[in-house]
This record gives sequence, C-alpha cells and structure tokens, in this order.
Amino acid sequence: MTFATITATLGDLEPLPERQRLVAFVIAAGLVVLIFELVRRRKLREEYSWVWVITAIGLAVLAWHQDLLLTLSHWVGSSNAVSTLFFGALLFLLALVLQYSVRLSRLTHRYRTLGQRLALLEEEMQRLRSEQTRDEKQPQRLADDRDEVA
Amino acid sequence: MPSPTVLVVPAYREAGRVGVVVRAALALGLDLDVLVIDDGSPDRTSAEARHAGATVVRHPFNLGYGCALHTGYCYALRSGYQRVLQMDADGQHEAAMLPRLVAGLDQGADVVIGSRYLEGQRPPSSLARRIGTRLFAWVATRWTGVRITDPTSGFQGLSHRALASVVNDGFPEDYPDTDVLVQHHRRGLRILEVPVRMHARLGGTSMHRGARVAYYGYKMMLTLLLLPVRRATPLRAPDTVARLS
Repeated sequence: MTFATITATLGDLEPLPERQRLVAFVIAAGLVVLIFELVRRRKLREEYSWVWVITAIGLAVLAWHQDLLLTLSHWVGSSNAVSTLFFGALLFLLALVLQYSVRLSRLTHRYRTLGQRLALLEEEMQRLRSEQTRDEKQPQRLADDRDEVA
Repeated sequence: MPSPTVLVVPAYREAGRVGVVVRAALALGLDLDVLVIDDGSPDRTSAEARHAGATVVRHPFNLGYGCALHTGYCYALRSGYQRVLQMDADGQHEAAMLPRLVAGLDQGADVVIGSRYLEGQRPPSSLARRIGTRLFAWVATRWTGVRITDPTSGFQGLSHRALASVVNDGFPEDYPDTDVLVQHHRRGLRILEVPVRMHARLGGTSMHRGARVAYYGYKMMLTLLLLPVRRATPLRAPDTVARLS
C-alpha cells in the first residue's frame, strides 16, 4: 500500500469531533492531576503511577494529533476515531489487569513463604523457651535435693 | 534426635478429630514423632493436637493444604528427620496402615502411596471425583510407568531423597497430587503403591467440593502440560523456608 493510498483512506475515516477532543483532554488532564495527588498523599506508589501517567499523555497526544489517531485507526481497521480510542482503553485495561495478576501471584508466593517461616520460627522459639525453663528449674531442684539430704 | 521418622498431619478446622488421629498414631508404638501443621484454624485444632502429644506448627493464617504439607517437609528437613509419613487429620486415613508405608520405605522406595483402590475398596464419592481419579490415575501411570491407582491419596511416605526434592522448588501450594508424582518420577525417585484401608471423614468439610473440583481438574491439567518446560518457583530455590539460619 503506497503513501498516497493511505492518505486517501485516511480521508474516508471519521475524525474525532471537537467536543470529544475537548472531553479527551479534560479526562487526560484530570487523570494526571488525580495520579499526582494520590502519589502526594502516599496513597499510590510511584511504581504503579507511571502506567496511568503514560496513558493520560497518550490520550492527550491522540486527541491533539488527529492525523496520528486516524493513522492508528487505519492500522487497527477501525472506521472511526472514537472506536480506536475505546479500543486503546480496552487494551490498556487488559494489560493493567494482567500486570496486577502477575504482581498478585508474586505477592502470594511471598506472603506464603513468610507465613511458613513465621510458623516455623514460632515453634522453634517455643521449644527453646521451654528447654530454657527446664534447664533453669533443674539446678534449683538439684540444690533443693542436696539441702534435704544435708 | 529421638526418632528418624516424623508423621506430618496437615490440619484445618479439625478440632474434635485431630486429637483422635494423633493418639491413634502414637498408640501404634512405632518409633515416630507426630507433627501437626495447623493451617490457621480458628478452632481448637492446635490445642487439641498438642494435648494429644503432637508437636504443633501453626500458620498465622490459612495457606492451603499443599503449603501446610510443605511447611511440614521443611520442618522435617531442618530438624534432621530421615523420612516423612503423612496422613490427613480428618480420620479418613487409618493409623494402623502406617506400618505398611514404613515397610514400603524399608523396601527402598522413595515415595510410598497408600492406595484405597488396590484392595478393591470403593469409598463413597461423587461422580466427578470418580471420573477425575480415574483420569489422573491413567495419566500418572502412563507418565511414570508405575501402576498408580490412587493419585489423589494424601496417605504417603517419603524417603530423605524425596524429602529434599519436595522441599525445594516446585511443590504446589494448593492441591499436590498427580503433578507431584510425575515430578518425583522425572527426578528419578522410586514410586511404590501399597494397599491401605480408608474411611469416610469423621466430620468437617472436604477441600474438594463444589466449584473447586472443576478448578482442581483445570489446574492439574495445566500443571501437567507445563511441567516439562516450567521455570523454578521464585523464592523457593534454594531452601528458602527449610533453612532458617
């Protein structure tokens, strides 16, 4: 497919209406503000925030550069720009949920290992403590026995 | 070390039953210590087991049957036990059958499975479970080359070699059954089935119920499919839990 054909095809695609572009901008800006605020309040860790910031920037860029959005629509075979934005959002959510599942699996391994280690350490501590108590009582008993004999 | 053998009994919400099981095992007069892994039970499971004469390791919260067994294996390895026997705390496994597992280990087997089906016994269970057991018995037999009739049996004996193998990577945290047997075989361990009698649970609820049966089937198939190409489990290699100091 030549450049001229792509340009011709892009001409057939329905661009994003002005009002929707504005809405997309507002959402993107709101998202960035919200993410920064959550990080500021220490309710969201930096390591989880970057995906959201990148998404907001991506949304803003696509809403600003109509050509980019239309080219993307052409690549994914979408007939209008709004669908492409929705499709992008869906992909983003899919990637995010998958990433969380992976993190959750890793955390599960960690908390299970910690639980096991804690249980074993507690048992060991109890055993050592009872051995210590027994050792402390034994010399006392021996001393008492000696006193009785004397 | 008073005994070279430890009996690991994973227990969750087994108050009223675990004490009976521990006493029955100790009454046999075998040279063994009994270790109950209380998997975070909210009831008196720990106290009852301790009162009956068992050593108790208590998970701070519920971690699952496989994890409880794994904790038991880790305890056994770090305490220097030479072999492990394992049985359920719900009264399904008859303590009087433990000498058969010991005899299997004495014969040189690394993994001894107590099978309820070798003597033709058919305890009541649902159709889904019967089909599942048949299917996984067939898979385990084909894969290991050893006739396995009861791949879901938790009534087992392990040699020190097998113990070292299960403590390290790859022991599943939820339902360790056929996949573990296949893994044993892949690591060159000798598997042997011996006939045992089993009973219905003394009470409580089974972990194989409802939608979990379907998940069990899915999980087992997926694990078996990926077994030859799977990577090591993070944090499990080497001996993260077994070596504490």
